Amino acid sequence: MQTASLRLPAILILLWSPGLLLAQGSMEELEALYWARQKEAMSHFTQADVDFMTGMIGHHAQALIMSRLAPANGASTAIRTLAARIINAQNDEIELMQNWLRDREQAVPQVHIDGLNLMMHGGGDHGHHMPGMLTQEQLEELSAAQGMEFDRLFLTYMIQHHAGAVTMVEDLFAVDGAAQDEAAYKLASSIHVDQITEIARMQQMLDDFANQSQ
Amino acid sequence: MHRHVLACLFASLLVPCGFAQDITDPRYGLTAGLFDAGEAIWNLTLVSTVQPPGPFVGVTNSDLAFRDNYVFQGNYNGIIIWDITDPAAPTLVKDYLCPASQSDVSVYGDLLFVSGEGLGGRLDCGTEGVRERVSHDRLRGIRIFDITDVTSPEYVANVQTCRGSHTHSVLKDPDDDENVYIYVSGSAPVRPEEELEGCSGLMPEEDPSTALFRIEVIKVPLSDPAQAAIVSSPRIFEDLEAPPRHGPSPADYEEAEKARAEGRFVVTVRGQPRILRDRQVSAYMRQWMSEEGREGEPSAQDSADFRAALPAFMAARNRARGITRNARRGPTQCHDITLYPEVGLAGGACGGYGLLLDITDPANPVRIQAVADSNFSYWHSATFSNDGTKVLFTDEWGGGGGPKCRPSDPMEWGANAIFTIDESSRMEFQSYYKLPAAQSNLENCVAHNGSLIPVPGRDLFIQSWYQGGISLMDWTDAQNPVEIAYHDRGAVNSERMQSGGSWSVYWYNGLIISSEIARGLDIFRLKPGAFLTENEIAASNTVQYDYFNAQGQPQYAWPATFTLARAYVDQLERGDGLDSEAVTGLRQGLDAAESESDAERKATLESLVPLLSGGSDTARLEALGDVLRQLAGS
Repeated sequence: MQTASLRLPAILILLWSPGLLLAQGSMEELEALYWARQKEAMSHFTQADVDFMTGMIGHHAQALIMSRLAPANGASTAIRTLAARIINAQNDEIELMQNWLRDREQAVPQVHIDGLNLMMHGGGDHGHHMPGMLTQEQLEELSAAQGMEFDRLFLTYMIQHHAGAVTMVEDLFAVDGAAQDEAAYKLASSIHVDQITEIARMQQMLDDFANQSQ
Repeated sequence: MHRHVLACLFASLLVPCGFAQDITDPRYGLTAGLFDAGEAIWNLTLVSTVQPPGPFVGVTNSDLAFRDNYVFQGNYNGIIIWDITDPAAPTLVKDYLCPASQSDVSVYGDLLFVSGEGLGGRLDCGTEGVRERVSHDRLRGIRIFDITDVTSPEYVANVQTCRGSHTHSVLKDPDDDENVYIYVSGSAPVRPEEELEGCSGLMPEEDPSTALFRIEVIKVPLSDPAQAAIVSSPRIFEDLEAPPRHGPSPADYEEAEKARAEGRFVVTVRGQPRILRDRQVSAYMRQWMSEEGREGEPSAQDSADFRAALPAFMAARNRARGITRNARRGPTQCHDITLYPEVGLAGGACGGYGLLLDITDPANPVRIQAVADSNFSYWHSATFSNDGTKVLFTDEWGGGGGPKCRPSDPMEWGANAIFTIDESSRMEFQSYYKLPAAQSNLENCVAHNGSLIPVPGRDLFIQSWYQGGISLMDWTDAQNPVEIAYHDRGAVNSERMQSGGSWSVYWYNGLIISSEIARGLDIFRLKPGAFLTENEIAASNTVQYDYFNAQGQPQYAWPATFTLARAYVDQLERGDGLDSEAVTGLRQGLDAAESESDAERKATLESLVPLLSGGSDTARLEALGDVLRQLAGS
C-alpha cells in the first residue's frame, strides 16, 4: 500500500538506509520490517471500504445460492460450468473479504445458507439491499425453473446480480479516500473487471439461446 | 494434454472436463515462511536471491524490464534498479521512491516508463497518497524517467489517461527511429471528468469520445520525451457485438403524454419516455418494496411512495442495464497487449477475448480476429512463438489474488491456452497448460507473466504462477505442452493466504530473473538434463539482448556456431530424427572441425552434410545443414 509506508516504529526506520540494510540488516530484522509494514498498511481504510466488503459478502453469498441450484435444476453443461466457476470464484472472494475485515478488526459477517435463505451473522444488517440482489420472489422463481427455462432465467438474473456488483465498485471508487488500501483496490478492481467480462459472456449465451429458439 | 482428453470423458461431473491437480508433486506441501520457506527445484539452479531495500520491504514487487546489466524492478512504492553484472551478487543501484500500483516498467534507450493505476499515485511521487475523489495531484497513467544516469533517474514527464495504466507496451516501429509508441492498457473505472478533462464513461452513442471501448496510444519523441502525448485512441473492439437500436417516433411521445394524464406509470429510459405495463409496475413495485424492507401486499401508501421513488428506482435499474449493455459490446479495455513488430502482429488480452491485431501502422492498430473460450475467465497476456506461428494467452482467473491451483481446481481454469496462427492470420485453439503441481489454499496461484527462452528449434516459455512458483513449459508441440523445469517455495504465511510468489519471470541473456512479490529478486540458470542439454543451453546463450521488455517481443536469430550445430544434433538424437550412427559421426566431425585450420574445417564440415540425408525430422535437418554450410563458409 503506497500511503503505507512512512509511519513505522523508530527501530524499523533505521533499516531504511539502503546501504545499511543489505550490508547489516539481518533476515530477522527484514522479516520484522515486512510484517510491521503489512500491519501498518492495514490502518488505511475508510468506512466506505468496510461497508463495501460487508455488503459484497452478502451479495456474493446470494450468487452462491443461485449457482448451487444448477445441478438439481437440470441446467445445461455450459450453465453448470459457469455456475461452478462462479461458486469457486465467489467463495474465495468471500474468504478474502472476511480476512480483510478481520485483519482490520471489523465485524466479520458469517454466511449461512439454507436452501434459498441467506442468513448473515456478525456483520450488521447488510446484504439484502445491495444493487442487483434478487428478491425472494425472483429466487423462488429461479428455484422452480427447470432445464432450458432455468438456464434462461439463471443468465437473466445473474446478469442483473453481477451488474449490481459492478455498480457497487463504481460507487466505492466515487467516495473520497476509498479503495486506497492496496488489498481493497485490488479486490474491488478484480470484481469490477471479472464481472463485466462475465456479464458479456452470459449475455452472449443468452443471445445464443434466443437465436436457437427462433 | 492427453489426460485432459481423458478427464473430459467424465463430463457429467459437477465441473465438466475438470482434472484435479497433482498432489504427489514435491511442490505440494512445502513448509511456509517469508524468507525461510521450503523449496523445490528441478532442472534449474538458484544463483541468488536479494531482498528489497528497506522502503520497499513488505510492499508488492511487480514487473521487470532490462537494459545492459541492469534490472528495473517495479514495486508499488516505486522502482528498484539492480546491477546484475555478477548474477550471484546483484547490487542495488538505485531505489526510487514514487508510489503507484502496479508500477509496470519498460525501458527504451535512455527512457524508463512506469505505469500508474491505483488511486494513491501522486504527480510529485509523494508517499501520502491522494484522499480526495477528485484531485489534481493524482497520477494515473504513464510516468517517464530519463535514465541516462541509472544511478539517478530524472523524472521528465507524465501522460495522464482516463483509466490509468494497469500495464503498457512499448512499440519500436522498425520504420521510425525518432519516436516510440506506448499502448496503454487498464480496465479500472474511468476517472471523473473534473479530475481529467475529457474523461467520459458514457456509451459511445451518448458520448463518441468515451474512454470505454478503446485503448490509448502515446507517442514519445525520443529527442524530447517531455512532449509525449496521446496520439490516438483506437477502437479495436468495435463491432464485436452490435447492440440493437431503436428511437421513439412522435407518436410514441404523444402516447406517453396521454398515459401520464391517465395516471399510468411513465418512466424515462435513456432520455426516452416509456409506459410501464401493469405487469412491470407490479414486478418493480415488489422489488422496490423488498429493497425497502416492506412486507405484505402493496397498500395504497406503498403505491404512492413507489410512484415518488420511481425516478430514482429506474435510474438505478437503468444504470445496471447500462453496465449490461456495455458488457454486451465486448471488452472496454485490454489487460495487456504484446507487440511483435517483426511479424507486424500484436496479441491483445482483453476481458473475455483474445485479440490478434495488425500493428503495421503503429498508431492505428486494426483487429484481425477475436477468440473467446468458455474455460477462460479473464484474458491476461499473450506471447508469440519466435516464428509467429503460435500464440499463447494466459487466464488470470481471480485476478492473481486467489489460490486457484488447489487439488480440486480444474486444469483448464486459470491456465494458458495455446493457439496456432495460420497464413491468413487466423487463430485456432490447440490445448491448455496449467502448472501441473497442486498448491495449498494459502498460496495465490494462477497463470501469469513469462517469456520465451531462445533455445533453437524449440519453443520454451518460462512463466510465473505467483506462489505456484515458476514453471518452464515446452510448447513446441502445440497440442502437447509439457513442463521441463520448475522452482517453488512454500506459502509466505502459514496461517492464511498472503499475497506472494513470482509476479514475472523472464529470460535475459542466459539468466532467468524472477520478481518475487514478497521476497525480492531471484536469479536462476538452466541446468542441463534429459530435456535440455548443455549444448542447447549454450546455444540459447548466443542470443544477446541490449534491452528487453516482455510486452514488446523481440525476434531473435542464432549466429552460426558449433554450439548451435551441436544443439541441433542433440535434438535430433532425442527426437529420433536421425540414426545413432549419423549422430555419432556428426559429433565427431564437429569436434574435429572446430580445432582445424580453415581449409581443413571446410572439407570436414562439407563431408558431414550427407549424413543428414537419412533422417526424418526434415526441418531440423535443414536447419543443421544451413549451420554446417555457414560454418564451412560455403
